[in-house]
Amino acid sequence: KENADPQRTAFLLRKQWALYSVTPLYRFSNAHLRAYARLLSAFIAAEKQKGLAVEVGVELDIKVAVSSLPDLRGSEQDQAAILVQLSLRSSTSKKKSEEKLVWSGCFCCVFGDDLSEKIPQDFTCLPLFLTNGAESYTSIVGSWFQKTFDCSFRRLAISPLNLSWMAAMWTGCKVDKLTTATELVFSVSCLPQPLDISYAIHPEDAKALWDTVQKTPGEITQEEVDVFMDCLYSHFHRHFKIHLSATKLVKVSTAIASAHCDGIIKFLQSQYLTGVLMLLTELAISHIQ
Amino acid sequence: MQRRRTSKTPKQPLKVHHKNQTDLSAWQKGGRIDPEKSVQNHQSPNNQKNGSKQGSLEQALSYFEKVQDRVSLKKDSALQKHLTAVESIALQRGLPPEAFAVLLNVALSGKLADTVNTRLLKSLVPASVIPETSVVSSVSWLCVGKCSGNVQLLFLRWLITMFDFIDHKEQLYALYGFFFSFLQDEKMCPYVCHLLYLLTRKENVKPFRIRRLLDLQAKMGMQSHLQALLSLYKLFCPELVTITLPGKVKTYFKNSEGPWKAAINAVRQRNQQNSPVPQPLFLGTAQPQSRKRKWNTQLIIPVSSTNKNNLEEDKEKNHVDLYRMNESFPVEQLQTFSQLLQNIHRLEFPSQMGSVLINPLLLHYVNCIKDESIFLRLYYWMGQTLQEECTWCVADNNQYEEEFKDFLETVYKTECFLQEGFSSCEEFLYKTLPLWDGFCCRSQILRLVTWIPLSSFSEIKSHLYDPLAQLFFTSSLYFKCSVLESLKELLRNWLNWHVVILDSESGSQVHSLNTTLSGLVNTVAELIHFVGWISTVALRLENNPTFLLYFILDFYETVCDMYLRYNLPLLIMPPAGVFYPALLSMDSVSLNQLCYIMYRYRTNLVAAKENELSKRKILQFKFSTQTYREYNQYVIAMVGCLWTSSVFQKDVHPRGLCMDDELLKKTAVQEFKTSFNIVYHPAMMGYAVLFLQQAWPDDTTFNFSLIKGKKWNWYLEYLYAQGLKGLKVFIESSINRVSQASHNKAGNVEV
Repeated sequence: KENADPQRTAFLLRKQWALYSVTPLYRFSNAHLRAYARLLSAFIAAEKQKGLAVEVGVELDIKVAVSSLPDLRGSEQDQAAILVQLSLRSSTSKKKSEEKLVWSGCFCCVFGDDLSEKIPQDFTCLPLFLTNGAESYTSIVGSWFQKTFDCSFRRLAISPLNLSWMAAMWTGCKVDKLTTATELVFSVSCLPQPLDISYAIHPEDAKALWDTVQKTPGEITQEEVDVFMDCLYSHFHRHFKIHLSATKLVKVSTAIASAHCDGIIKFLQSQYLTGVLMLLTELAISHIQ
Repeated sequence: MQRRRTSKTPKQPLKVHHKNQTDLSAWQKGGRIDPEKSVQNHQSPNNQKNGSKQGSLEQALSYFEKVQDRVSLKKDSALQKHLTAVESIALQRGLPPEAFAVLLNVALSGKLADTVNTRLLKSLVPASVIPETSVVSSVSWLCVGKCSGNVQLLFLRWLITMFDFIDHKEQLYALYGFFFSFLQDEKMCPYVCHLLYLLTRKENVKPFRIRRLLDLQAKMGMQSHLQALLSLYKLFCPELVTITLPGKVKTYFKNSEGPWKAAINAVRQRNQQNSPVPQPLFLGTAQPQSRKRKWNTQLIIPVSSTNKNNLEEDKEKNHVDLYRMNESFPVEQLQTFSQLLQNIHRLEFPSQMGSVLINPLLLHYVNCIKDESIFLRLYYWMGQTLQEECTWCVADNNQYEEEFKDFLETVYKTECFLQEGFSSCEEFLYKTLPLWDGFCCRSQILRLVTWIPLSSFSEIKSHLYDPLAQLFFTSSLYFKCSVLESLKELLRNWLNWHVVILDSESGSQVHSLNTTLSGLVNTVAELIHFVGWISTVALRLENNPTFLLYFILDFYETVCDMYLRYNLPLLIMPPAGVFYPALLSMDSVSLNQLCYIMYRYRTNLVAAKENELSKRKILQFKFSTQTYREYNQYVIAMVGCLWTSSVFQKDVHPRGLCMDDELLKKTAVQEFKTSFNIVYHPAMMGYAVLFLQQAWPDDTTFNFSLIKGKKWNWYLEYLYAQGLKGLKVFIESSINRVSQASHNKAGNVEV
């Protein structure tokens, strides 16, 4: 479904997002978003001044906005994404324009039918959580959600196998102007000094290689991904006599997006946003089950 | 030589786990109900030691109750003794509620020297709760000013730290004015402020108090503790407090936790460890301070609290919600079993379901409620926590092994309590066993294995048996025995579960998990075959140690009785690799155990045969003739080995002892024909020697052939008297002794 308004999801682009998997939220309701914002902002204030009483609802240093993003989902079965934004009010002037966005977090589910079909009504299935901003805020917001909706968060690491899938999939995508190089970063961690190897390929070359590997357009198999990576490895070996297959793939960046094994993603093309999120949703669901 | 046989037969299937079953009275928190009881509840189970400790605490309390003025600590050995007793008990398991009145009374009355008072106050660590009355009476001591300033200060700090442990606070709230008057004391002022901060409710905020605080602030300057109290007053009554207070203050109160916090946590942990099921965590404040880690990976079981979200949606809604709040019973207030019974219809579940693991009262509730969302919430939480904290799957986790162990222990205890395994736990085991080293958290993991639910899940072989077998064969004898022990428990849990389902099936309940009886029988059979296989291999690898044989035979003690005791139409004989090592064991314990098992097999098979004949209809499950044949072969071998000395000739089992006479002659053993019967069997020969010594004290030639005829019967009686009960029931059931002259024959089950 590509008819989502790209303007409304543009905030996701060109930023680094940390990935988490979240178990289904219990008794979460889209009707109470404003109340959630108020409670969450009181919670943040309380966390910041350890153990002292805080009044709910008054103007606090940090403003919390919780909103629904109906544009960010795959199918009608998916829940609308939930965006949480924290802004800092400057203490000198109370004007609205002085607010500065310090942290955002986005719960979403793009084609997450695997999970959402199975769970009962009381639960809301938003298995993928992306955050941008200081981890201290992630911690506070996360704890509040954990306490309030009885869910658990886990950092969503991306395995080398999944990274190689991303490399293959994204290489094959059409982009108007191919300016960004396809880059793969490998890590050799067993050495006394850790060594990172960066392997950059011209995107057109990479695409040409992938096109020879892929048999049916629109369909990718594990075998094809393996062949693609093996070709890249043997090319590298021919030049540098290094077996990349013995190292660990830690990062993939292409014109579509870049992903790091620690669970960090950066979206670069709005037209492929849904596709990447769908893949990440799938990873998050397998993480939960 | 005394075996456990006696207690064996009448055992009911469901009593197996009574160790971890609950004693309802243990949930009462004491204090307000029955102080005596609560003292006992908080004792650790090693009773002997505790008995004496209990005594010394009682003595100490009665001493302090009667103590006269000014006893010198240095000169009076009784005071020394009792003081140390109080201190050591307090630090080890905390003090019972009734101790506080006595000890606070003596510490604040100024009867004894300050060093004694200080030590007493420092050891006032509660095991459960602190009675409000003891606190109120100590406040009155504070007012008469009998004790020194230092003791007063220490008392206030104690009160602040223990505030949440006081069982009621109504009377304490009534003393607000008294505490407020202490503000004028400059030294006490910071602590009094902190205490008032804890006590203040809206009705306490009065203009005269605000004025007094402002006066103090004018006198002493901007003090953070005064500001804290003022800001609280302002929060309650913004119209009365008009001054502006600085918005950001790092810390309002100095750390007044004093020497107690660590002790409280230690006592809490110890008491929790010692109780059969985790004690209720009655407070949210005293969570053990976990190490600094990433926010979402702390292994903390949440504390029960009601979900208060959606409370203030808008004004109108507010009223509705408040009304509803009156109706439901907040989970924080749930302290006793009787409260649970009274409010069970309006109890709200905690906002984080994981908290039920450490709240036995809620576990009772979980046990009787059928709500999918409860289990789903537990399932997700537990699954994530187990995976995230697993010390051998996640790098950098190994330093937290102790915490993970505790967690697994808690999960296991909960499973015992619910008599049911968690599916998240099962999945965790399947995922992580292939990566397990068999060492890390060993006993916890093996215990969790015992609660894998019974289902006709076909993957159990590749998920459980294969990884377990790999570890089994490559690990120590002790590990092998532990694995066998937990597989025995697993089998028993499955069988118990099956019995429960059978019982409830009359109430039209079908097997949950869609297990059919045949699927269930197959799963059980698969487990028994697996154990038979690993046992055979292990006996060879380890060279038949008695210790290992004991665990293997123990497993078969359950297997041989499945038909009669658990109503499962399945009997599986042990493989030859288990049977023959046991039969030829050098140890009478194993032989006796084997006899008992064969006797129970016989009883079960006979019962099955009779059932089959009497019902005259085709039963869904019939034991195969293979089982009967195998049983008969084993019995013939046993009778030949123990009775007729004919094992080498008569044994018909393909892997049995049948041997050619020519071959036997080559062994150069004289009288090989008689070398196996109850006299000559290596496991029995020791008895035969002792018997000969008693029967013919003068004969030193050890002429075993004397044991025959009437003497043979005496010898049998002698063996039975030595506690070989298994041998007795076997011989009495399986050997036909009517006509002794015509060769004794094996009793045949085949009808």
